[in-house]
Amino acid sequence: MKAIDNQGELWEVFIQSKPGQSFKHAGSVHGFDKDNAIENARDTYTRRNEGTGLWVVQSKEIIAVALNESDYFFEPATDKIYRHPTFYNLPEGVTHM
Amino acid sequence: MTTKLESAQTAELLADFEKKINAEIKIEPSDWMPDAYRQHLIRQISQHAHSEVIGMQPEANWITRAPSLRSKKILLAKIQDEGGHGLYLYSAAETLGVSREQYIAWLHQGKAKYASVFNYPTLNWADIGAIGWLVDGAAIVNQVSLQRTSYGPYSRAMVRICKEESFHQRQGYEIMWRMMQGTNDQQRMAQDAIDRWWWPALMMFGPHDSDSPRTSHAMLWKIKRESNDVLREKFINKTVPQSELIGLKVPDPNLKKISDETYTHGDINWEEFRQVINGNGPCNQERLEHHIRAHREGAWVREAALQSDFRNQ
Repeated sequence: MKAIDNQGELWEVFIQSKPGQSFKHAGSVHGFDKDNAIENARDTYTRRNEGTGLWVVQSKEIIAVALNESDYFFEPATDKIYRHPTFYNLPEGVTHM
Repeated sequence: MTTKLESAQTAELLADFEKKINAEIKIEPSDWMPDAYRQHLIRQISQHAHSEVIGMQPEANWITRAPSLRSKKILLAKIQDEGGHGLYLYSAAETLGVSREQYIAWLHQGKAKYASVFNYPTLNWADIGAIGWLVDGAAIVNQVSLQRTSYGPYSRAMVRICKEESFHQRQGYEIMWRMMQGTNDQQRMAQDAIDRWWWPALMMFGPHDSDSPRTSHAMLWKIKRESNDVLREKFINKTVPQSELIGLKVPDPNLKKISDETYTHGDINWEEFRQVINGNGPCNQERLEHHIRAHREGAWVREAALQSDFRNQ
């Protein structure tokens, strides 16, 4: 036995709960290769028919915003309330809008 | 050559595919699909994507002349959304196995079309109101229906787009309403805008069902969920009361109210539609040339990005 144990790579798991819906992140699993990772994901996250679709992607391939940078990163959207429909004045009695 | 075994397999795959369609189960990119289904989606989604992007041009014409800082910021935000919608749709179209470079090339070669409505010019500020209210309003009716399309990536893009579109229509209607509360000149400009945009907006739904060769196929496989005429009537029924409420007259002498919320309309000038879709509208050449030029002038950015170290960091 080798001095350091090897339990494979970390993979992120995304489940599509119903056909047509977006895939949502569920968590992560270990796997030694693609096939092993998706089977482990199935056995770990979809034992109760949680989904009809499954994706795995190696965790190291995920590009994420660092938590301490997120305020600054998303700042451009915070002062643009006119992107929301409620910003606009409409005449009384208008329908279908 | 197709062997007997292969055609038996294809028949089985097709039966399976149609079973899913009938059960309202979305088709995903890795699922088997008939070639005609794939080809229809390649054409329809890319045409939709091109329309979003080309549609930025008539609105961009007014950014520098927007009448207030408020309206300039809103217009910029709206145009930015349209670019974003183009990106959602190109990405959905790319899941069908055609690259974005290829889609753009087909547009530049004139092999791919975009909505003919964007080949009309924006002559006064009220046109920005009319585009948001009427053109986006028509697009929303179409896109709400397409949220139920049978192809998963297209459907998901539609859900996202519909959520974002509602501000577009409201900002347009607000412009028209404000102008109708303004001076005689402003009211005249608002009426002039609806006079010029009403018919092109109705044409956005495409030919009448009786003249729409591809509709039946697309309806059978649930790419389209409602026919051109049904969608057009929905739009008219919603929009005529909105128009009357703010004192605008719909430029159709044959428009008639037939029940509480239903109208019949006059004949659409299909000859004009054919002319514009085949390249002879007022701005066809300008729109395409601008896209080609912007694409060419941006080439160095893509080249530099490819060379740059940041790709491998």
